[in-house]
Amino acid sequence: MAASRPHRAEPAEQEALGFPPRRVADWHARAIGRMGELVADNRALRVAMDACMHCGACTDKCHYFLGSGDPLNMPVARQELFRSVYRRHFTLAGRWLPWLVGAQDLDEAMLERWYSYFHQCSQCRRCAAFCPVGIDTSEVSMAAREIMAGIGMGQHYTEQVIAKVHATGNNLGLPEPALRDTLAGLEEDILEDTGVPVRLPLDEAGAEILLVTPSADFFAEPHVDGLIGYAKVLHQAGISWTLSTVAAEAANFGLFVGSQQHTRRIALRVREAAQALRVRRIVFGECGHAWRVAYNMLHDLAGPFDFLDPAYPVPQHIVEVTHDLLRRGAIRLDPAANSHRRVTFHDSCNVARASSMGGVPGGQFSLPRALLRAACQHVFEMAAGTTHAHTFCCGGGGGLLTDELLDLRVKGASPRVSAFAQLIEREQVTHLVAICAICKSQFAKVLPRYGLEFDQVLSLHQVVGDALVMDRA
Amino acid sequence: MSAWPDAVAVVALYGAVAAFVLGLGWRCVLWLRTPSRRRIALTPAPRGAAGVLGSLLLETLLFPTLWRASPWTWLFGWLFHVGLLLVLLQHLRYVSVDWWTWVAWLAAYGHLASAALLIGLAGLWARRVLIARMRWITRPADHAMLALIAAIALSGVAMKYALPVDVVAVKSFVRGVLTLQPQPMPRHGVLLAHLALGTALIALFPFGKLVHGAGLWLNPTRAQADDARERGARHRG
Repeated sequence: MAASRPHRAEPAEQEALGFPPRRVADWHARAIGRMGELVADNRALRVAMDACMHCGACTDKCHYFLGSGDPLNMPVARQELFRSVYRRHFTLAGRWLPWLVGAQDLDEAMLERWYSYFHQCSQCRRCAAFCPVGIDTSEVSMAAREIMAGIGMGQHYTEQVIAKVHATGNNLGLPEPALRDTLAGLEEDILEDTGVPVRLPLDEAGAEILLVTPSADFFAEPHVDGLIGYAKVLHQAGISWTLSTVAAEAANFGLFVGSQQHTRRIALRVREAAQALRVRRIVFGECGHAWRVAYNMLHDLAGPFDFLDPAYPVPQHIVEVTHDLLRRGAIRLDPAANSHRRVTFHDSCNVARASSMGGVPGGQFSLPRALLRAACQHVFEMAAGTTHAHTFCCGGGGGLLTDELLDLRVKGASPRVSAFAQLIEREQVTHLVAICAICKSQFAKVLPRYGLEFDQVLSLHQVVGDALVMDRA
Repeated sequence: MSAWPDAVAVVALYGAVAAFVLGLGWRCVLWLRTPSRRRIALTPAPRGAAGVLGSLLLETLLFPTLWRASPWTWLFGWLFHVGLLLVLLQHLRYVSVDWWTWVAWLAAYGHLASAALLIGLAGLWARRVLIARMRWITRPADHAMLALIAAIALSGVAMKYALPVDVVAVKSFVRGVLTLQPQPMPRHGVLLAHLALGTALIALFPFGKLVHGAGLWLNPTRAQADDARERGARHRG
């Protein structure tokens, strides 16, 4: 989809993140230089440059290719936009016999293609799961975006979000009074619904758990019902917890633009909050890429965490916490409360292919399903090959959840929505359950384009919360 | 009889092997010296080094990922690689001493190995031509490499079944190269082509995509264990 491109970052947005405000005059030299640096510093990227056989195993695996039919969305072709330039400048064959190896120059046309097509990749790694040598297009995508930002061609949406986190502690720029107000409102809602005075604490020092959750959980639907679910579970289990205004955001958009510096800065807020509030555990809420960053990189970016309770992994996922509580009998679920729902679980890409849970390989698939099955009797699976390690990305991840990319998002969602629609027809499934804020937002927006309803997507902890037996005052 | 063709052949062979060993060494050193700072294991992934080793061995021997991606590509790809391995092992007869009886045993199934190699190769090449997605991503170098391998394979098969070579003379030539006491090279046109093309392939190997096998073993997405929380920081700073 050559015409698809996200809005460019404004000069002020670029400068706020330490990037040049406009395209620099020596952009070509800078881009090639940065490319060399990135390849020399990232083994996965270097292997991606050297070891691709053009075998085509990945060609029909990307949801954007399947949805758009654009051959440049075949992962190998997307990589080739970058690799062809790498070959031109860093290999003998590329310099002397470019036509032989498909080496290309990074001219204006190629740069525009980079901007368009590396923002038609949600960095979901589905291609990597099918590559015989494990080449990860998300590494190439992150490198390309980093290079572009560095020559003055950043993406408005992701940079705006990163700047907001730096300024306010969350992606939405929600200031503390607004957050406090929102939480108070939710406490009232829960009391009204359940008769139980469940609290949503903010900045309460000495709590056992610091919950870091995507800011969408504070106000968006169905995310907020997930937050209510976490609060109910922790209340029922008698575990003290708190949110933090300093770290009111699990999401880490630094990942999408390949910026180690910004990813670290955002992650350090979690450390700062955990120390300031003297908590013993850090738990992340339902967010996909946040968990990818937290699970893999929190120690690298913001460790060491020797001030936390060594009896618990750092960090934990709320699904792990709830699953453990259920397993120990500390909470009970009554699936009758969900008898009106027939559900299926959507494996979010970052959780599936860039994380684990519960200390076992595949825990990221089995733990959420265990919770869902305990909370609801009617749980079904979408077609094999569309779930678990081969799950289809929702189509809105990787910094692509913007209005100007809606056409792309709708097309990218096609494989997942088709699988969901097939299951609806076969088993009269009513809802799609997810544990990622971007997935929830994306599905809420995109399902209606396919003749489904925006409220057919649910948070996992909403379903769990509805089934939770609440007998603690 | 002039001796310079023999000299050229010997020098070319030595040069090619040197290029192969040094080139592959350089390539691996380059990969190993490139840091792998971030944890990017492609999950679900093994939890420890033993599991990773097992996973990589399995991948190398049976190509399970390719099977899941495209069973037909797996069939042709796996046949090609297994056929190639068996054919290469049979070449040890040119250096073997009498007690390497297993090489002779392999040679008894040489026709199967050759068939696997050629069928696999044909399938891999055909799909580059017949399937639109493959045409779109195939570059001249991809065709050239297949052509090179095909020419080597076909010349070898021709010698085995149609245009016999003096095997004793070839054995003597090879032994001579290895013991640094060069012997005359048999003047057999197809053999010369086979040797020349094979030499070219050996020399070029480290500098193109044929290093994909080594790439798999050094690719962090496949070579890292999923032990982020247990092992803590991989790289600080």
